[in-house]
Amino acid sequence: MKPAPFDYVAPATLDEAVSAMATGEGDAKVLAGGQSLIPMMALRLARPTRLVDINRLPGLDGIREASGMLEIGALVRQRALERWAATRSSLFAEVLRHVAHPPIRNRGTVVGNVVHADPASELPALLLCLEGVVVARGPRGERMIPADRFYRAPLTTALAADELATAVRFTLPPAGAGWGFAEVSRRHGDFALVGAVAVIALAADGTVARARLAFFGAGGTPVRGLALEQALAGRAATRALVVEGARAAAAALSPDADIHATGAYRRQVAATLAERTLTAALARCGGPR
Amino acid sequence: MTRPIRVTVNGQEHERVVEVRQTLADFLREDLDLTGTHLGCEHGVCGACTVLLDGEPIRACLMLAAQADGRSVTTIEGVAPADGLHPVQEAFWAKHGLQCGYCTPGIIMSTCAFLREQPAPSREEIREMLAGHLCRCTGYHFIVEAIEAAAQALAPPTPRPTPRNE
Repeated sequence: MKPAPFDYVAPATLDEAVSAMATGEGDAKVLAGGQSLIPMMALRLARPTRLVDINRLPGLDGIREASGMLEIGALVRQRALERWAATRSSLFAEVLRHVAHPPIRNRGTVVGNVVHADPASELPALLLCLEGVVVARGPRGERMIPADRFYRAPLTTALAADELATAVRFTLPPAGAGWGFAEVSRRHGDFALVGAVAVIALAADGTVARARLAFFGAGGTPVRGLALEQALAGRAATRALVVEGARAAAAALSPDADIHATGAYRRQVAATLAERTLTAALARCGGPR
Repeated sequence: MTRPIRVTVNGQEHERVVEVRQTLADFLREDLDLTGTHLGCEHGVCGACTVLLDGEPIRACLMLAAQADGRSVTTIEGVAPADGLHPVQEAFWAKHGLQCGYCTPGIIMSTCAFLREQPAPSREEIREMLAGHLCRCTGYHFIVEAIEAAAQALAPPTPRPTPRNE
């Protein structure tokens, strides 16, 4: 047995799950795909006293697209969204291809990845880039937490210990918007050393209506590239402006150093990836989603 | 804490009582004596324990046995027909796609599912799939060749144009 002992409950309704979390004395964990939680328990980095397995809950496995939003229920596997994206969204398809490996994506959920809040993970940065929202349910009812207020520190979010995330919502880029995604990692499927994802929408006169950029692996949480977004807004996106904005956005980062890379290296790569993703997004403007 | 489960493994149904903290991998190996599923890292990185859950590859070390209740699992023991080897196994043998063999069951399980979805993969796609499996012997070249050979062996015969005698 690798993990420390725990109580296991597999509720049949959301209300039962909420009350199982609430009576867990702050030490209950939601088990959905388990692709981050079970390794942490195997290494005993996590020792929850109760696991609330939500896999039997009805109605949480839906992918719904409505009025420009994409809502993904807490039991949607990453692989299911990848299959949806294959015909619906080249941006989501490209991002999901980089999330671990098929056997992990077959079990791992989108919501679980977002809520686990690994700062080097792709989906939290995508949520931030696409102005996403986490739908949380707890004993005090339901609330929506915007992505830019959700991430607090590595593996730490605004979710309370007795709350569970039932869904995430992404704002889909408007028709004609372009996207860019790039990451540097040692092997395909590894957590990124640094990565970036960008979306640009152009106005009728060709100036930038909105630019949105998010970095991952560049700090304790996913981080927006505000300097670049502001540099481009309302202006014609010339090459010089993109390069200058990318440098300014990267200069504002404070990435950590670890055995894989120094902070300075990460900041330098972030500038290059910001420039690449913005350039790719501009090139895709006007094309298919 | 224990929990009763009913799980189908390689077509055979089993009813057992499991410790809730037992992984599916340990259940397969220790309770069912199906030791073909290998454990390397036991935290989802190496891919040695990959099995099929309702036909899709998953890490058996990252799922609790209790969660497999009502599901169907295929392990390496369930791949070969009674009288020989599966074409993917044949290809690994013919192309020397293994040395020590520790990672092989997991790679074969992934390959079976991969070739079902992508019957004619490129080398790049094969390498992307293999990124989820660590092999410390082969350097992967022969594994890639074995998977290419398996794809060819599994491909439906291409209809040849019938020569016309006029």
